[in-house]
Amino acid sequence: MKRKLVIAPLALALTGVLSIVPALPARVHAATRQSALSAATISAPPVPNAAALMKKYGSKGITLTYVGDAVGLGHNRDLILAAEFTKDTGIGVNIIPQPVASTDSYSQKVRNFQAKSSAFDVMMIDVVWPGAFAPYLVDLKPYFSAAAIKQQAAGIVANDTVGGHLVAMPWFGDFGILYYRTDLLKKYGFSQPPKTWDELTSMAKTIQAGERKSNSRFSGFVFQGNAYEGLTCDALEWLASSGTPGFVVNGKADLNNPKAIAMLKLAQSWVGTISPRGVTTYQEGDAQVAFTSGNAAFERNWPYAYALNLATGSKVIGKFDVTTLPAEPGSQPVGTVGGWQLAVSKFSKNIPASVEFLRYMTSPAAEKFNAIYAGLVPTMASVASDPQVLKAQPYLKPAIANVMRVTRPAGIFGVNYTKASQVIFQGINQILNGSDPSSILPGINTKLNAILTQH
Amino acid sequence: MSTSVIPPTTSVAPPALGGTRSSGHGPRRNPVLRGLFYLILIVLAFYLLFPFYWAIRSALIPESAAGNTPVEYWPSDATLSNFGDALTGNILKQPLINSAIVAGSVTLLSLVIGASAAYALGRIQFRGRTIMMYAILSMTIFPQIAILGALYTQFSKWGLINSEWSLIISYLIFTLPFTIWVLQSFFRTMPRELEESAYVDGASPFRTFWSIMLPLAAPGLVTTGLLAFINAWNEYLYAVSFLQTADHFTVPVAIVEWPPSTGSQFAVPWDHVMAGTVIVTVPLIVLVLIFQRRLVAGLTAGAVKG
Amino acid sequence: MKKPSSFAAGTIIHRGGFTLQKRQVRLAWLMLVPALAVLIFVALYPLVRTIYSSFTDEQFLGGTTHVVGFANYYNIFTNNTNTAASYPDFAAATILTLKFTVWSVVIEFLLGLGIALVLNSQFKGRGGMRAAMLVPWAIPTVVSAQMWKWMFNDISGVVNDFLMKIHVLSAPQSWLADPSTSLAAVVAVDVWKTTPFVALLLLAGLQVIPTDIYEAAAVDGATGIQKLWRITLPLLRPAIAVTLIFRTLDAIRVFDIFNVFFGSTIGKLTMATAIQNTIVSNNEVGYGAALSVVMFVIIAIFVVVYTTVFKVEQQ
Repeated sequence: MKRKLVIAPLALALTGVLSIVPALPARVHAATRQSALSAATISAPPVPNAAALMKKYGSKGITLTYVGDAVGLGHNRDLILAAEFTKDTGIGVNIIPQPVASTDSYSQKVRNFQAKSSAFDVMMIDVVWPGAFAPYLVDLKPYFSAAAIKQQAAGIVANDTVGGHLVAMPWFGDFGILYYRTDLLKKYGFSQPPKTWDELTSMAKTIQAGERKSNSRFSGFVFQGNAYEGLTCDALEWLASSGTPGFVVNGKADLNNPKAIAMLKLAQSWVGTISPRGVTTYQEGDAQVAFTSGNAAFERNWPYAYALNLATGSKVIGKFDVTTLPAEPGSQPVGTVGGWQLAVSKFSKNIPASVEFLRYMTSPAAEKFNAIYAGLVPTMASVASDPQVLKAQPYLKPAIANVMRVTRPAGIFGVNYTKASQVIFQGINQILNGSDPSSILPGINTKLNAILTQH
Repeated sequence: MSTSVIPPTTSVAPPALGGTRSSGHGPRRNPVLRGLFYLILIVLAFYLLFPFYWAIRSALIPESAAGNTPVEYWPSDATLSNFGDALTGNILKQPLINSAIVAGSVTLLSLVIGASAAYALGRIQFRGRTIMMYAILSMTIFPQIAILGALYTQFSKWGLINSEWSLIISYLIFTLPFTIWVLQSFFRTMPRELEESAYVDGASPFRTFWSIMLPLAAPGLVTTGLLAFINAWNEYLYAVSFLQTADHFTVPVAIVEWPPSTGSQFAVPWDHVMAGTVIVTVPLIVLVLIFQRRLVAGLTAGAVKG
Repeated sequence: MKKPSSFAAGTIIHRGGFTLQKRQVRLAWLMLVPALAVLIFVALYPLVRTIYSSFTDEQFLGGTTHVVGFANYYNIFTNNTNTAASYPDFAAATILTLKFTVWSVVIEFLLGLGIALVLNSQFKGRGGMRAAMLVPWAIPTVVSAQMWKWMFNDISGVVNDFLMKIHVLSAPQSWLADPSTSLAAVVAVDVWKTTPFVALLLLAGLQVIPTDIYEAAAVDGATGIQKLWRITLPLLRPAIAVTLIFRTLDAIRVFDIFNVFFGSTIGKLTMATAIQNTIVSNNEVGYGAALSVVMFVIIAIFVVVYTTVFKVEQQ
């Protein structure tokens, strides 16, 4: 009985605290936690052709529905930019944050299109979805001048062009880079980061052997090896930097070639030697945590991990740097393209107004705001070379940012891309787990080619 | 089922879950067995509680220190900032209310509708009873993902997307059959004499149900209510598919979608997610404990008859 | 007046002819109406729709839907991992799911029964134990699965660290990647999460067993084991039946843990994750629906077996 007397008021107090404590807006909450990289001092840029737009749309009482970034810094950025847009043009914007998991986000859009619903006007599209959603998206080419489109990274624009139609506008990008421990390279006598995959393998071996004497958990190289979309990205980088340009070349899948087999055998040899055995279950977070905690010499990841390596609690502050991924002799270093685009739904009831909103969000000024406020990689070279942006994102220096981008074959597979990607990452995951590449790759070829003919 | 022992009516008064009687099992006098018993209990409690402790511990360190080795069982520079952020930001406030509404409604509806149906199925013989039982169960057997698409279309038509009602209704599909089956097995085990004496006294069938049988099923009601509540509270797939804006999120969605420190989709703020989880779990358990003790005590106080 | 001497439900009391019986039956249907209304109104359309869809080649996105008759079912039963549609190996998924189900249900049942018996008796700290039991259940599965994944991490995971500290392990184990331990890891998490469910249900069943029986047995000189075997378990049978049915049902439908731990790894798909993959990644709603129907039938078989073994219907 006595315990009840203590517990009850405690519970009441806790729930009371939760409801009475003044709620700060989420924006301020996020701002107080921003790392040194993002300065919240930047304000939203004004809409370029505000006056004309206000005249045309101001009195119409239009409200667009924009499916934007997931709850958090991205959503806050959307709120700020959308508020500025409404202020300048009189067009209202209702924001729906998308689910954070990509299957949920994909399903959300699929259901909208299957129902031919006009519920969503503008939406964020992952870089591998333009092919699947092309039939349902507005062609943006008539609305933009050739010069404006040229400002965007050519590779991503090509990715977003399906059947001659530009169905999505690049918005922010991502690409694979190599994180490495500067202090360990120095300690073991390496003057620069590895240029080839074989160099990476031997450097990782040396460093791991040395570090394991004091830290039994140390690993040479961590990456994304789980059976999910991220492995398709890593595998594409391995293949494209070793002589196999992509999963589908000239309309056919031909992965069972000597170069691909050799590269995948090399990757397979990493598992359990310079990479932890569990790397076949690692996604972005697992690799990032391993590196940030000081337990890895090399890491392949997206640029987002940079800020986390500098945040409080990280064991590698001041001890790491980034560079392009290695490449086999005779091939160039590459980075798989990630990131998001903006698109307008064909079923929207306000297409011209939606395009104007899209134009604002993908304008250079807005991309710069995005880069500084939310730390996202811009898709325009002009923005990437802006000194303020460079300060916020040091990995954008030309040596790294100009790495050749490779895209996943989403356009070729269209609506079947997720199926094709699943074939790829399931097979590669089996190889990493020990299966012989020459027995797995023919199966992947057959399946991919069958899917291609089906499309 | 053994029918050879029929206890007199007086002793069939289910005590509170915090009851005072012994089942007749468990070590009582042997000190070695007693020691072993407590040892097993401790190991068990450790297994059940350690992950929760780990969540607390993970919430006390900043995100970037999450994987630091050697593993610290108590962080050397613990910080309460994650808990502070979680409490002062408004990430959890509305979702807690939403979850309470959804889970509470589902529980209430399940118990009311389920208890009536269970009584009918458990006590009254009528044609088609077995078919009904299986039909009700079969509603719940399909995997969640299979009917998700069709449910979404249906709710779209009814305008229930982004509304808590879509969740309340869809959760009933899973909690109602379960509640009915559990409660009907409770009602079944109650002796005939109770109803007979009620009829002798002139009570209508409904009155018998309401004033006599229902209170006696109190442990069953509390248990199924508790399980329905927690199931509804924890459900994620339908919540993330049917709810769109943050003001309608339930707790699991809010925690999974906790704002990361960078704008990237890959950065998951585990320190805050853990803090949020802990903050949400503690009052839940406390409230459930109080509720369950009170309710059962209240119900059974009136049910014990001479 | 006929006085029944058994617990048989539904014995009719004849008083004033058929009136009471009729009233009871009418009451029965009245009391069923709300439940049936909810289920028909809400669940019928999705179920029928899913069954219909299983006879078509409906796509998730795009495509036109054609009725294909039993083609989907044919592919399922010949386990045709057709090259173009790239169907999952459902036979393997079913076997893995059943393995997982057997392990989880057996362990959870034994553990849950033990906990229920313990909680039903007097001892110091019972309240704390009850609170401890609720903790795994109160954390959303999505969060706890991820938490356990971190705990099982081969580099910084606490499971490896702890086991090495107490010298059970000599080197870190890759719990999730190593095929010999991955099922054990998943079962451990499920047991952690769901034993409270089993324990609570069985505890509720224990609570309605009258004390007098035990006292009478004690007077007759019965030992603890005899009481357990001869009195408790038989009287607990309905509760055990229901617990096993629903626990098995949930175990066969397991999704979150496997999804978080293994994603779409070949050889680690369960029936539910295979269906999710088929619908969202493979774009095949029709085939996914057919898989769901097959899953439904498998679960129904379990239910029928349980109800027959436990004689749930004949009391």
